[in-house]
Formats: sequence, C-alpha cells, structure tokens
Amino acid sequence: MRRRVIFRGKLLPYLLLAPQIAITAVFFFWPAGMAIMQSMLREDPFGLRSTFVGLENFAELFADPLYLGAFSNTLVFSGSVAFFSIAVGLFLAVLADKQIRGANLYKTLLIWPYAIAPALSAALWLFLFHPAIGLFARIIRGYGVDWNYYINGGQAMLLVTIAAAWKQVSYNFIFFLAGLQAIPKSVLEAAAIDGASETRRFWSIVFPLLSPTTFFLLVVNLVYAFFDTFGAIHALTQGGPAKATETLIYKVYVDGVVNLNLGSSAAQSVVLMVLVIMLTAVQFRYIERKVHY
Amino acid sequence: MAAHGTTAQGVVERSLLGTIGIHGLLCLAVAIFAMPIYITLIGSTHDVDTVGRGDVPLLPGAYGVENYVTVWTEGGGRSFRVPVHIMMWNSILMAVGITVGKIAISLLSAYAVVFFSFPGRMIFFWLIFITLMLPVEVRIIPTFAVITQLNLANSMTGLIVPLIASATATLLFRQFFLTIPDELVEAAKIDGAGPMRFFRDVVLPLSTTNIAALAVILFIYGWNQYLWPLLITSRPEYETIVVGISKMIGNGDAQSPWHLIMATTVLALLPPVAVVVLMQRWFVKGLVETEK
Repeated sequence: MRRRVIFRGKLLPYLLLAPQIAITAVFFFWPAGMAIMQSMLREDPFGLRSTFVGLENFAELFADPLYLGAFSNTLVFSGSVAFFSIAVGLFLAVLADKQIRGANLYKTLLIWPYAIAPALSAALWLFLFHPAIGLFARIIRGYGVDWNYYINGGQAMLLVTIAAAWKQVSYNFIFFLAGLQAIPKSVLEAAAIDGASETRRFWSIVFPLLSPTTFFLLVVNLVYAFFDTFGAIHALTQGGPAKATETLIYKVYVDGVVNLNLGSSAAQSVVLMVLVIMLTAVQFRYIERKVHY
Repeated sequence: MAAHGTTAQGVVERSLLGTIGIHGLLCLAVAIFAMPIYITLIGSTHDVDTVGRGDVPLLPGAYGVENYVTVWTEGGGRSFRVPVHIMMWNSILMAVGITVGKIAISLLSAYAVVFFSFPGRMIFFWLIFITLMLPVEVRIIPTFAVITQLNLANSMTGLIVPLIASATATLLFRQFFLTIPDELVEAAKIDGAGPMRFFRDVVLPLSTTNIAALAVILFIYGWNQYLWPLLITSRPEYETIVVGISKMIGNGDAQSPWHLIMATTVLALLPPVAVVVLMQRWFVKGLVETEK
C-alpha cells in the first residue's frame, strides 16, 4: 500500500531512517553475518588461528548426543509450556467471557502475571518448591515423594515448565478473551435455540472460530518457550541436573560464554535463526490464509 | 452492560449453580495466580531462621521493615551484595531508555517509509522488517563481540542501544500512519507546512494513544530483559534487578538469606505489575495491536 500524497525531500527521508538502519546494521546484520561466518570456522585450542571447515561444525552438532539431547529437551519443554499455557488461558477466557458480575475485576486479577519476567517467575516458584525452604516441597514430601529438583531431572523439567507456563497464561488469556468477544452472539443463540448444549456449542462453534487466535498463540508461545525462558532456566536449574533442562538457547549460552567454543556456539545460533525464520514464515503464511472453517 | 438488553439472555441461559461454579473456578484461578506472590511477600517479613527452616508461616512476621531497609540500602545475597536502590535505578534507566529509544527511532523511520517516496524505500523497509526474525537471543555471542569491540560493555549505552531497533514498533506505526487521510497531508501542504512541521503538529498528536499503548508494553519488555544484561554487565554499578535476583539465588544453597531474596523479588515485581494494573486498557490495546 502507498499514499497518494507524499512529501518531497532528497535527504530528509534518509536522515529519518538513519538511526534505525544504523542500529540494525551494527547490532543485527553485522552479528548475524559474523555468526554465519564463525559457524564455518574452527579455532585452534589457543584461539590464535581459525581455519575454514565448511559445514563441519553443523555435521558435528547433529552427531553430538548432547546437542540432540538439548533438542529433545527443547521440544518437550516448549511443547508442554505452549500446551498448558494455551489450554489454561483458553479455559479462563471462556469463564471470564460469561456475563457475570465482576468480570472486569477477574480480568485485572488474571492479567498481571504477564508483567513478571520469566526469571522472577522462576524465583517465585523456587521459594515454593525449594527442597529445603519450600512450602510445597514439604507438602509433597509428606506424601512420600522424594522431591528434590536439584538431583531429579524430571522434577527439574516439571518446575521450569510450571514457572515458564504460569506467567504466559495471562498472555493467552488476553488474546482468547479478545477473540471470544469478537464472536457474534447471534450464532451462539441460534445454536442454543436448536438445542445445542453448552459443551457442544463450545466445540462446534466457538473453538473453530477461535482457530486463527489459537494458531497464532501456538507460534508465539513456541517462540517464547524457545528464547524468552532462558532467564527461568538460568535462575532455577542452570540447565541441570546433568543437562536435563538444557535447552537449545541455554546451550548456545553455555558453549559460547562459559566454554568459549565459538565455532560450535555460532553454528547453534545459525540453527536457531533458521528455526525462528521457519516459525515466522509459517505464521505469516497462515495469518494470510486465515485458518478458518 | 448494554449488551444485556439486546442479546437473548433468556436463550443462552445459565442456572444459579452454574454461575456459582464459574465464580468458584475464577476465584480459584485468581488464588493460584496470586499464591506464589503471597508466600513470597509473607516470607519477606520474617527472619532468616524462620524462612530457612522451611516452615514459612501464612501470616506476616515482624521483620518486614528491617528486611526491606536492609536490601534497599545494602543488598543481601550470600556472595552477591548490590543494594536494591542501585539495581532498581539501573532497571528503570534501562527500561525507560529502551522504551523512549524504540518509540523515537520507530516513529521516524515509519514516517519516512510512509510519507516519502525515495529510491531504496522498499529495501529499507525490508531491512527493518527482517529483523523480526533475529531476536537478541539468537545472535547473542556475536552481538556481544560487537559490543566489546565498540567498548560498550558495562555501560548504560551498551545495555540500551542494541535493544532499541525493532521491527514491531516500526510496523505498528507504519500501519497507523497509513490510516491518516491524504486530505490532511494535502491541507498541510497547501498551508505551506513542511514535512517536519506536519510530523510535529499532526502526526505526533494523532499517534499519542498508540505511543502510550506501545510504551506500556516496551517498558515491561525493557524491565524484564535478562540474557543481555547478564552478558554485558560484570560491575555492580550496572547490575539490573531481574538479573540481580538470579545472582542472589546463585546455586540455590539452602543457607542463603532467603528472607532478603524474597524482599528483593517483591521490589522487583512492583514496577512492572503496577504499570500493567494501572494502565490496563492501554496495555491490552498495545499487546493485541503489536502482535497483529
């Protein structure tokens, strides 16, 4: 789309664009280019010389059981975070959309966790589930469960999933509520007159009509779980125990910053870039086609 | 409530029991959402032994003021001691800097792309657009290398500037600018107003709602930054509070001063939660519109 009436100016538009383009070039394109270049280099053990190795870093990556482990951790983690936060968000939105007293108050009380950083959410749940100080940890142990996420990988994964999903519920809630309010009430009334039960109305009318929102949220939640949850994992488990909660982004950080294996870390960054580009492309494609029945 | 009159409330009927059930479920959800914060708030008012033993009482203790004063003025990690007032100030600077910076450069570039015709216009637009696909986390190590080369590690500039270029804000403003009627531009031209005058006197005032909505979202985005500050700050005077809490927790040693960590967490939550609750309408608008 473009406007009919425009301003003339030879230099001005470039000046207006300059700040954004400059920052984008220095902090986006240069580093991204460096990542791609570095992903094809290997440094000698002293970091003095680097040699071109083509796609060897990638081949090594996908042959590395630790990397494949991080991949499957990421899938389990992101899948659970997306599923739980979307399901709970939808459920609460359906409840809050009913015409009841105090609907606005409930809304306020359900959206504030959006403001909480994943790392803070992690801290809050840590206070509840810490094996030594946690209230819940004690209750669970009372039931005979040996609760200690510092040594049990499954429990660690469960805890980071809860911490990451908890704050994301609010986000999904807001979008589902907006989606529900856009559904024409007349359709639902017609179905009600035809004798469709409330459950039936939900699954055959409301849920299909919400599918564009659901799909959009699925992509956004996956991206969130891939990247933004770094803080939650770093604060809670640091990828442990025994790498049970090490996700792809966490491994980029560990290999690049802690182990200083730049070639491998850069190759991992490139894999992540490809993943984001794929997710974004899928999202745009479907938004254009409007998933709809 | 206007909807009540027109929709057939009688048709989509609900029993009294059903209504009570809905209230019950919503209250339960609200309670689950609030519980971790409640426990943290209570924990922050007790002494180290009560919290450390693992039986956090359900009612406030007597050490609230003392704990908060301690963290505010001295900090309270076991191996990480930075006063909260320093970390809060840094977080505020970073969040406000990112908010103002992003809005300013996005307004300008969206204005250039929409209201001017010049060679390379679409190329610039796409250059900005594809940054959508390169979140900081993905290019973290090379971006860090760039920052070190530019000598910006451990500085406010280094914390803020790399995060202020974003396609989202530019796209939002572009979308909005396209809805400004051509007649307004024509009228301004006839009156002899130049492009910058038009920007200042017409475009900016029309954009205030969008700017406010975006500001709420960006403030929270900025406040909650984690990986970036973690990487580029190593000196106490540049610590931000979200990363600071994680450093206070460290490896989760049971002997940590948990009561102080809890007090710090409460303080770190306050600003973003207050912004969301107080500016709820703008926040929801900003959220739903930036993600379109």
